[in-house]
Amino acid sequence: MTTDASGLLRDMVRVRRLEEKCAELYGAGKIRGFLHLYVGEEAVAVGALRALTADDAVVATYREHPHALLRGTSMASIMAELYGKQEGCSHGRGGSMHLFDAEHRFYGGNAIVAGGLPLALGLALSDAMQRRRRVTACFFGDGAVSEGAFHESMNLAALWHLPVLFCCENNGYAMGTALARSQSQPDLAARAASYGMPAEAVDGMDVLACRDAACRGADHVRGTGEPFFLEFRTYRFRAHSMFDPQLYRDRAEVDEWRTRDPIGLLVDRGRREHVLTDADLEDAERRADSEIADAVAYAEAGTWEDVAHLDTDVLTREVLR
Amino acid sequence: MTTSYRQAAHDAIRDAMRADERVLLIGEDVGRYGGTYAVSKGLLAEFGETRVRDTPLSELSFVGMGIGAALGGLRPIVEVMTVNFSLLALDQLVNTAAALRHMSGGQFSVPLVVRMATGAGRQLAAQHSHSFEGWYAHVPGLRVVAPATVPDAYGMLATALADPDPVIVFEHVGLYDTAADVDELGASDIDTAAVRRPGSDVTLIAYGGSLPKALEAARLLDEDGIDCEVLDLRVLRPLDAATILASVRTTHRAVVVDEGWRSGSLAAEICTRIVEDAFYDLDAPIARVCTLEVPIPYPRHLEQAALPSAERIVAAVRAVVGVRP
Repeated sequence: MTTDASGLLRDMVRVRRLEEKCAELYGAGKIRGFLHLYVGEEAVAVGALRALTADDAVVATYREHPHALLRGTSMASIMAELYGKQEGCSHGRGGSMHLFDAEHRFYGGNAIVAGGLPLALGLALSDAMQRRRRVTACFFGDGAVSEGAFHESMNLAALWHLPVLFCCENNGYAMGTALARSQSQPDLAARAASYGMPAEAVDGMDVLACRDAACRGADHVRGTGEPFFLEFRTYRFRAHSMFDPQLYRDRAEVDEWRTRDPIGLLVDRGRREHVLTDADLEDAERRADSEIADAVAYAEAGTWEDVAHLDTDVLTREVLR
Repeated sequence: MTTSYRQAAHDAIRDAMRADERVLLIGEDVGRYGGTYAVSKGLLAEFGETRVRDTPLSELSFVGMGIGAALGGLRPIVEVMTVNFSLLALDQLVNTAAALRHMSGGQFSVPLVVRMATGAGRQLAAQHSHSFEGWYAHVPGLRVVAPATVPDAYGMLATALADPDPVIVFEHVGLYDTAADVDELGASDIDTAAVRRPGSDVTLIAYGGSLPKALEAARLLDEDGIDCEVLDLRVLRPLDAATILASVRTTHRAVVVDEGWRSGSLAAEICTRIVEDAFYDLDAPIARVCTLEVPIPYPRHLEQAALPSAERIVAAVRAVVGVRP
């Protein structure tokens, strides 16, 4: 049942340690701007992305370091991007919220809530019209469900039979506004189903459940060319961004969710089923720390883009004069 | 052979779709209805529902879908019914289409073409008549064109489709029924301004639906012995400043005609470019003929009073030419 347990554990630990390092580097002034961390939600990206193949595309949000990393973008180039160095995966131009990686079909890194959904539709449309059996996985938060772009996109995806795997990362808060305070119908899977597409709610703290649901969803999308909606019910343990004093939620609520830490849940289950040991956890941590140390060294050694290049890549074809 | 602007715009889409199967047309009522302004009439029958796609009324999503489709290897032409409705899609155009290449460090270009009708003059009142070309022309990462002639209505589209970046095409509603005698239509550039009437006394700078008004004003002024050079901007971003400045340096006077509101307008930008780079070539202050700063009203006499007209252009030119250096 718990196949790939050590692999899943390694990836969740990689993500957790990376994000914690980012918080530390933010405090040290190495990373600036807005920084949104994924701590607590690791099971979602790690589990869901197991369902994709190298040909598939991913569209994500501004809380997307894990998605880029798990799709194959090197941690070094992610870290360099967070530093703003030109060795970064977006040449330093984007920063934390705008990681991009064409080689791995990673389409960002979108800091407009629900802004990625229409783009995912278009990628899926191009696959459908060019007869490619590929999946476009589109990640977005519960806050996106309030946006018009969400509803327009749900309707279009179902109406036009677009092969999109919608992955709603429902962490219970649109920044600081709780789901119940912003949604007339807080069952987001039910809302998606109202558009005529299959939809499931998943325990977003259970990486195996996330993986299995995503595999069902991706199989459906690939097999039928139709969209599929997954609502991952998860929780972010840290602040929304580094500027958030968290006035909107009780410490007790955070502590309660922390008892369901996705890494702890997997480790406990793995021990019970004798597929994980303490040594696996230690090994995962050691590997992650080593990868992170290398990434930080790479970012530190990175270089700043020459200001003279500032206006390159605004347009592809240079202006005549 | 006489061809209308509408027919030229239609033929441009048809020929692009015949030439490249990656080209598709997406928009509200572009298929069965034939296009709000009948530009896409007949295309559904020729190319089918896969390539001529009637959308729900979801500007934000279908424009954004155009971006994704372009990234995925298609060459979408997205039609937005009017510029006023394009405001519903502004987020996708400005925050994604225009920014994507730069913020991804050059990894993703967006070869998207968005066409929309713009402008007033048909008594469509305050939510269907505005000219926001200048807003789009403000945004780095976009190319903005305003075909004002039949050859450009045909010729700019193929060039826009071949361009790797997002191109916004503004078709003024007052131009669809205009016509011209043209032997053969072909591709035209999306980089340069064009002198539509050479002259020596003053440069009239116009674009889109204002071009016929500027040409009419030039004709009227010619009867009085005032020789106007009429410049068609054609491309609103990036501006072809060199052609503007070269003309002003010969005539030493300029009047800018812009159907946008005056404050913060494209006309303001053009005036500033001239002042920055050709101030000492000027013999008189530059004048502007813009839309009065009101939402466009419904009754014809009020609408016409709000808009640039040949008469207002003539008056502006007389004032500018009357200034003795």
